[in-house]
Amino acid sequence: MDWNPLILTFKLAFITTVLLFIISIPLAYWMAYTKSKIKPVMETLVSMPLVLPPTVLGFYLLIAFSPSNAFGSWLDAWLGLKLVFSFEGLVIASILYSLPFMVHPIQSGFTHLSPTLKEASYVLGKSKFKTLNKVLLPNIKPSLLTGIVLSFAHTVGEFGVILMIGGNIPGKTKVASIAIYDEVESLNYTVANNYSMILFAITFFILLIVYLLNGGYLKKIK
Amino acid sequence: MIDISINKKLRSNSGNMNLDVDFDISNGELLTLYGKSGAGKTTILKIIAGLLKPDGGRIVVNGKTWFDDKKRIDLPTQKRNLGFVFQEYSLFPNMSVKENLTFALTKGQDKKIVSDLIEIIDLGDLQNRNPNTLSGGQKQRVSLARTLVQRPELLLLDEPLSALDDEMRIRLQQYILRVHHEFNLTTILISHDVSEIIKMADCLMELDHGKIVNMGKPKELFIQSAKNDGIEFSGEIISIETRNSDAKVTVLIGRDLMHITIDLELASKLMLGEKIIISSERFDPVIKKIN
Repeated sequence: MDWNPLILTFKLAFITTVLLFIISIPLAYWMAYTKSKIKPVMETLVSMPLVLPPTVLGFYLLIAFSPSNAFGSWLDAWLGLKLVFSFEGLVIASILYSLPFMVHPIQSGFTHLSPTLKEASYVLGKSKFKTLNKVLLPNIKPSLLTGIVLSFAHTVGEFGVILMIGGNIPGKTKVASIAIYDEVESLNYTVANNYSMILFAITFFILLIVYLLNGGYLKKIK
Repeated sequence: MIDISINKKLRSNSGNMNLDVDFDISNGELLTLYGKSGAGKTTILKIIAGLLKPDGGRIVVNGKTWFDDKKRIDLPTQKRNLGFVFQEYSLFPNMSVKENLTFALTKGQDKKIVSDLIEIIDLGDLQNRNPNTLSGGQKQRVSLARTLVQRPELLLLDEPLSALDDEMRIRLQQYILRVHHEFNLTTILISHDVSEIIKMADCLMELDHGKIVNMGKPKELFIQSAKNDGIEFSGEIISIETRNSDAKVTVLIGRDLMHITIDLELASKLMLGEKIIISSERFDPVIKKIN
């Protein structure tokens, strides 16, 4: 069995989750506290990947990133980025695809915090950044963990977007879900089953750990 | 000297209201805001703290302008040197009691103030506890201590005692009075409790629908009609029992019930739940010590 697809899957999920975490905190903060009129539009855009067929997202990204189009050729010429059929392209597509899974839990964490926590910190002379870092984020740890794990697991489970924009290039874009499809097509059911079992087991344990942590079960054992 | 003159249109469930107040407080004074809920008390505190923006007016604290719509000055909350104690304590649950206090230190500030406050407000036994394990009174003491770390010029207390039982209330009142004097604070306290106001406040401001309806010394305002050897209680009518020639009215005064007998004509003007004042001009008091 070739381990590369699995390694690639977890590498993609890891990088995507790290980048998403960095992007989502300011985005979720803004969405939780803004009074701006464009908030509903932003909320809709962030939630779109939940309902949109992944192939639609993949299709438009493919068109946008294609070197024969203006944006794609600009990326290539100025940044040397080829986002079609490349690992970098998969990372960007995965970030868009898993965005709601990171933003929603963090946003709901912020909105469920008592507003006086933030106000109390401001009154004590603490800046917005320090308040976010030392008061708000530490008090929404379960939401942060949920966001991290859901985005990771969701990226592991990606298929449609990747097939559209990344194709099936071994070592570059052939992630486990694509490999399973590939092996089934070639009637190699045993290999497909091996990949599937591993993904099944890993995602099960990742989610289990989250529920154990957020439910406080591990603390009770201590 | 703190000079406040602010206005703001407010929307509440009882319709629109125009908050429009103009008052000043001398240094070292303890002012209470009194009035029905929805009269605009908390809004005033939040505007002073910079947590809400007024439509217009100015706030000048010891010569420094915190807000002035004409000069376009609006200092952010962080730059206003004040303390705010919220009704719901708002301690940071991710920090211990002591960490809550040290978090309030400004850069380079001497840490001694934290241990001083722990001593003044008797938090020694609690300093390593998590705020979630404290009782309401303990939380409010921590909150009071935390807000004093930065030595504010102005202390704002938003009904800090309303969720506490009587015993805790009285202790907290003493702590507040003690720090008010020791830290030479100018304090604004929101309170509904008449005895608390008379005990603590130098000055009372009564609000109704966003306007100041009364301002002065609490004793004078509450006991305007009190006379020597007279007695006066305010209470709520709990029951009216009409009999042949008179009526027995039961009144709740504080936590005690009192029965009074009045004539039928007066009884017909009273309604259940109404607030009344009972006074008597001459009486022979019999006074006993309870303990």
